[in-house]
Amino acid sequence: MGARVRKLVSAVVLFGVVAGGTAWFLTKPEPWPASHWDGLGEPDIANGEQVFWAGGCTSCHAAPKSEGDAKLVLTGGLPLKSPFGTFHVPNISPDDTAGIGGWTLAEFGDAMTRGVGKKGEHLYPSFPYGSYARLTPKDINDLWGFLKTLPKSANVAAPHDLPFPFNIRLSLGGWKLLFFTDKPRVTVDTSNPKIARGQYLVEGPGHCGECHTPRNALGGFETAEWLAGAPNPEGEGRIPNITPGSKSIGGWSESDIANYLETGFTPDFDSAGGSMVEVQQNMAKLPASDREAIAAYLKAVPAKESQATER
Amino acid sequence: MKLKMILTALVIAGCGVSAVIAADDPVKIREGLMKQIGGSMGALAGIAKGEKPYDAETVKTALTTISTNIKAFPDQFPAGSEANSEASPKIWESTDDFKAHAAKLGADADTVLAQLPADQAGVGAALGVIGKNCGDCHQLYRVKK
Repeated sequence: MGARVRKLVSAVVLFGVVAGGTAWFLTKPEPWPASHWDGLGEPDIANGEQVFWAGGCTSCHAAPKSEGDAKLVLTGGLPLKSPFGTFHVPNISPDDTAGIGGWTLAEFGDAMTRGVGKKGEHLYPSFPYGSYARLTPKDINDLWGFLKTLPKSANVAAPHDLPFPFNIRLSLGGWKLLFFTDKPRVTVDTSNPKIARGQYLVEGPGHCGECHTPRNALGGFETAEWLAGAPNPEGEGRIPNITPGSKSIGGWSESDIANYLETGFTPDFDSAGGSMVEVQQNMAKLPASDREAIAAYLKAVPAKESQATER
Repeated sequence: MKLKMILTALVIAGCGVSAVIAADDPVKIREGLMKQIGGSMGALAGIAKGEKPYDAETVKTALTTISTNIKAFPDQFPAGSEANSEASPKIWESTDDFKAHAAKLGADADTVLAQLPADQAGVGAALGVIGKNCGDCHQLYRVKK
């Protein structure tokens, strides 16, 4: 024996190293180069607050059932049940140890737009960085400035409770390779500034697609069915189709949609329900022009028939 | 009997019941009650937004319908009436809390009725108080299907 077997073995080992290395290279966490976050200057706190409400941060990061000023204490802890296990939302208050007070702008920005944590680890997409990836560096800087003005909370949120293999963060690199993108979700007339603003709000901070778009078995979006409605990720029922092809919302005018986002009432005075109640309350804090932009975009996206499973 | 009383109350309240409600289907009954509450909210919102002129009778009728219907509402959820409806199973798990939400809307409507809003701004303020109940309860107990 000798030479031949040794040759074979070393070929196999070499192949393994190359394949492993390639896989690692393709799936390693990819923060922006540090210069991406340079030169942004003093944050515009007022704009940061608008990004905060558009992003719905409080709905997951404040203690459940918070009202009023309690919505600004981002204590974490909400359990998010999913087919992959239970995620526990972290404390993102400016507390130095329990929260993210010790983070830099670059670390915060990379978490928001690249799904990379402070230790350089992949973050789970239960945190919707797949949408937040579209935020401009200016909005990130402003939001970061606003978050630092909020009260500190010393609450230590529980770690995620995920079964194997979902507890292996490395595997998220593969998920990102398959599904992560900061490109537009659909083609709309972006020469119209209102629609362009709506696209930014819906596909970016608003992260509407996270619930309103169906997902495949691996949790990636079925991109051809953008905003066409999906099973409720939190349990019973369905999240409605909000494209112009929707049997319910498709018939609404732009002002109906904007009014719904402001007041929580549909044109026939039904009200928002489920998780949309909090979303609507956040949207109500945006300038009217932003709600109108969202409405314009929702009328501009490709019409999709509601899926057969929808009753 | 109870249904008859509710219907009579509604008619007295000047809110014609157009749909024929099948007496044996709690889902239809409760959906009918809610639709009328929605209609009343619409009437109040029309005034609050200035699309309709202020009219004391309209305001009173709308508030009375909301009050009457919401008090009857929690009784329309017999065990097993979950199917083919948007009712969350949580209604039967947390019945007391569900009833408390309904009672809160009833009490809010009665409070406003006792001091009937006298103008457009007053209706707007009342709408804010009453309308908050819709989302608060639907957030917990209604499931879109």
